[in-house]
Amino acid sequence: MTPLARAEGLSHVFPGKTGSTQALDAITAEIAPGVITGVVGPDGAGKTTFLRHLAGLLRPSAGRVEVLGHDMANNAAAAHPFIGYMPQRFGLYEDLSVAENLGLFADLHGLRDEARDERSKQLLEFTGLAPFTARQAGALSGGMKQKLGLACALLARPKLLLLDEPSVGVDPASRRELWRIVERMMEEAKSSGAEMGVVWATSYLDEAERCASVLLLHEGKVLSNAPPADFLAPMAGRVCRVTLPAAQRRRAVAVAKTLPGVLDALVQGDSLRLVLAQGAAPPDAALLGGSETKLVPPRFEDGFMDRLIAAAPPQKTASLPPVVSFADGAVIEVQHLIRRFGAFVAVNDVSFTIGRGEIFGLLGPNGAGKSTTFRMLCGLLRPSAGSALVAGKNLLTAAAQARARLGYMAQKFSLYGELTVRQNLDFFARAYGLDRTARGPAITDALARFELEAVADDLASALPLGLKQRLSLAAALLHKPEILFLDEPTSGVDPLNRRAFWARIGELAAQGVTVLVTSHFMDEAEYCDRLAIINAGRVLVTDTPAALRARVSTPELPDPTLEDAFIALVEGEAA
Amino acid sequence: MTPRLQRLRGLVRKEMLQILRDPSALMIAFLLPFILLIINGFGLSLDAHHMKIAAVVQAGSAQTSGVEQALDNSPYLSVYWASSAQAARQALDEGEVRGILTLRQDFAQKLARPQRWPADAQLAVNATDPNTARLLQGYVTGAFTTWLQGEAEERALSMGGGPVLETRYWYNPQLRSTDFIVPGVIALVMSMTGTLLTALIVAREWERGTMESMLASPAGMAELVGAKLGTYFVLGMGSMALSVLITVFVFGVQLHGGVLALTFTAALFLIFTLAQGLFISTLTRNQFVAAQLAFITTMMPAIMLSGMLFDIASMPRWLQWVTYLIPARYFVAAVQTLFLAGNIWSVLLPNLFGLAVAASLTVAATLAVTHRRLD
Repeated sequence: MTPLARAEGLSHVFPGKTGSTQALDAITAEIAPGVITGVVGPDGAGKTTFLRHLAGLLRPSAGRVEVLGHDMANNAAAAHPFIGYMPQRFGLYEDLSVAENLGLFADLHGLRDEARDERSKQLLEFTGLAPFTARQAGALSGGMKQKLGLACALLARPKLLLLDEPSVGVDPASRRELWRIVERMMEEAKSSGAEMGVVWATSYLDEAERCASVLLLHEGKVLSNAPPADFLAPMAGRVCRVTLPAAQRRRAVAVAKTLPGVLDALVQGDSLRLVLAQGAAPPDAALLGGSETKLVPPRFEDGFMDRLIAAAPPQKTASLPPVVSFADGAVIEVQHLIRRFGAFVAVNDVSFTIGRGEIFGLLGPNGAGKSTTFRMLCGLLRPSAGSALVAGKNLLTAAAQARARLGYMAQKFSLYGELTVRQNLDFFARAYGLDRTARGPAITDALARFELEAVADDLASALPLGLKQRLSLAAALLHKPEILFLDEPTSGVDPLNRRAFWARIGELAAQGVTVLVTSHFMDEAEYCDRLAIINAGRVLVTDTPAALRARVSTPELPDPTLEDAFIALVEGEAA
Repeated sequence: MTPRLQRLRGLVRKEMLQILRDPSALMIAFLLPFILLIINGFGLSLDAHHMKIAAVVQAGSAQTSGVEQALDNSPYLSVYWASSAQAARQALDEGEVRGILTLRQDFAQKLARPQRWPADAQLAVNATDPNTARLLQGYVTGAFTTWLQGEAEERALSMGGGPVLETRYWYNPQLRSTDFIVPGVIALVMSMTGTLLTALIVAREWERGTMESMLASPAGMAELVGAKLGTYFVLGMGSMALSVLITVFVFGVQLHGGVLALTFTAALFLIFTLAQGLFISTLTRNQFVAAQLAFITTMMPAIMLSGMLFDIASMPRWLQWVTYLIPARYFVAAVQTLFLAGNIWSVLLPNLFGLAVAASLTVAATLAVTHRRLD
């Protein structure tokens, strides 16, 4: 079978002021027709650069790219009619309506008459955008924008569909729909005799697992290029689960990471999941304070971590957090909270309490009322009824002192891009009122603790996403708050950085910091001690992740993921 | 319809929809010319009306009252009849008046004796602003000459004739500087709106990320640039039409030349400015920097070096050569000629040629820098 696209020794160097960056380093890969090829890797691995080369948008520093037999360096125009490309940033015109955007792409691809109308109608139906054709693209929700982007890319029945992280910032239900749309269009293409190959860049490993083949990039190099099964095979017998009492888990993670033969340790529900080195025996459960060690079937993510760790072994650190219990009283108390905007009830009778050192998640789709609840807790919005107390105080009326005990990390990168990492930290230290003597040590400590020393004098805007998010967290923690609010903290961050981030949050919680997280991202929910699932302004259920999964377990789906649980609960509510 | 035409149609339609929905483009095209023309047209008048002057008449007589009458009749002067030299001096010192005209004690006597004729009068002028000083001198001399001519005519009749100089002001018979300045302001307006319109739009596509999906589509670079140039050309011509209407109907400047010739001239200049804006925004890819560059590269040369305000012929020789590189120069010359003189082809053609060269070079440069790549 001839490949759809092929990269041969493809290298790309970005020249920079402080030295050039090797974004791609001698990539050789083939893209097969008729299947989905996943492109995965940490942030800055070169996923976007690789896709841009396939779209003919960059000139290789070395090597070549061929799509449908056309050399993309000098004959990209010949391939463009057969390529559908969806850039990572929304590439459509926000001031044009859904129909007008589709019309523009139809014109650009020379679709006309019946074919044009039929195709537009079909895609509008598939994407569920048919009722919104007159709405301006800028007024669509995140998920709908991505569906419109996908529809525009699919319009001309491309032979090669390039999708650059389409599911970032999209809620789980919309994410599933994106997959459904692409898979359906592939089937349709196949039945009409013209196969469509898809290249899907993603930082979600459950998505990578669904691909026919996975291209794993790391620092611009190909680490592996194989079907997902090949990632799993070497992991057999190397993944185990240790059941632990709740108070022990966070300490156990730190201990486990220092053990020889343990590559990776992760808190999951009421247990600890360990990935072992090749040929290593499972550690004794007693060493970790647990009762039992059990081998479990590996997941794709284990194989992914295994290969990344082999490429870049992490340092084994040994800072052991103390053991604490969350028993000593509620730190955040929300009772019968209601917020109306006119006739619309954004938050409808929401209640929960969070104890000291607990990581609590507010989970729900876009528009469920998470942000509104969050703002009322921060004292930025007045409740219509009910109360929201943080450390016994209402932040709407409390003095600045009460607010000084709170750290906040916004979803959007809210630091100053024009300032360096160090200058940003200095600014936030001043803004939080740290005096001259406290400021210096706090900044030095933050740079060291968050491993930002190497980039201390780089502009914040030039950092990759994972580092930006680390810097945001460092800034939010400068004044050593007792309570930490995180708004979708690791949305779009790759698995490697996401784990490191949550390891830090776990350490903080172990030291007694109370953490409240909002998210529509199921992977983040797994790290929480307890979750409140919110939909349409109401709390559907509050429980531990393990209990939530157990709730929707059925004979057909014995081991559901949190995402399954979430969708089942939300759909059960709607029914 | 060929695929290329269809792509162009789609792109033009997109630009039009964006213009209609985004007030900033319409504001640049129609509000900016309006404001610039009104401010510059009314504020930038080079002739001063009612300049204040003190007059000291040391001994009144029939002759001096003739002078007084002539001064009072001048629309450019507003005379303060000072009681003494000291009072006049004080008014000058305090800035109440810009000059002092003194008619001496012996003015009437000297005037009566033909061998001593004409009699002396002294004009003292506040020359801190030399330009105004020169204007004042001109107006007083003018008033004086008018009166003297009347006197001379009377005497010439009685004495049997003599030469009389008659002056005619061509092209601007009323000597209104508005007639000369406003067409120049049109050049400033068109430089700014044209460049600003396009400087922002391409940079915006880069900033919003839409350029990336356009570059990966079958649309060629010439189509992307062409659709933008074409759409904004129509908008820019609308802006030009508005400017001409304001010039003719608000400022009462008569258009002596043909509308067709003016349209053609404006079209050439507009292509240049639009292409210049595209060039800037393609290179900077940032709306803020593009807007700043557009201002600097159009305002300064258009005001200083185009001949709109400052006579090119009186600049140092090397600077005169520099002005040949400023396309606004050709446009100012052509527009002023069309408004004040008419279709003088011997003047228009060289300037149109200059504009055509500038336009084609800039379009070529823009196409050269807009390659289909992100890097």
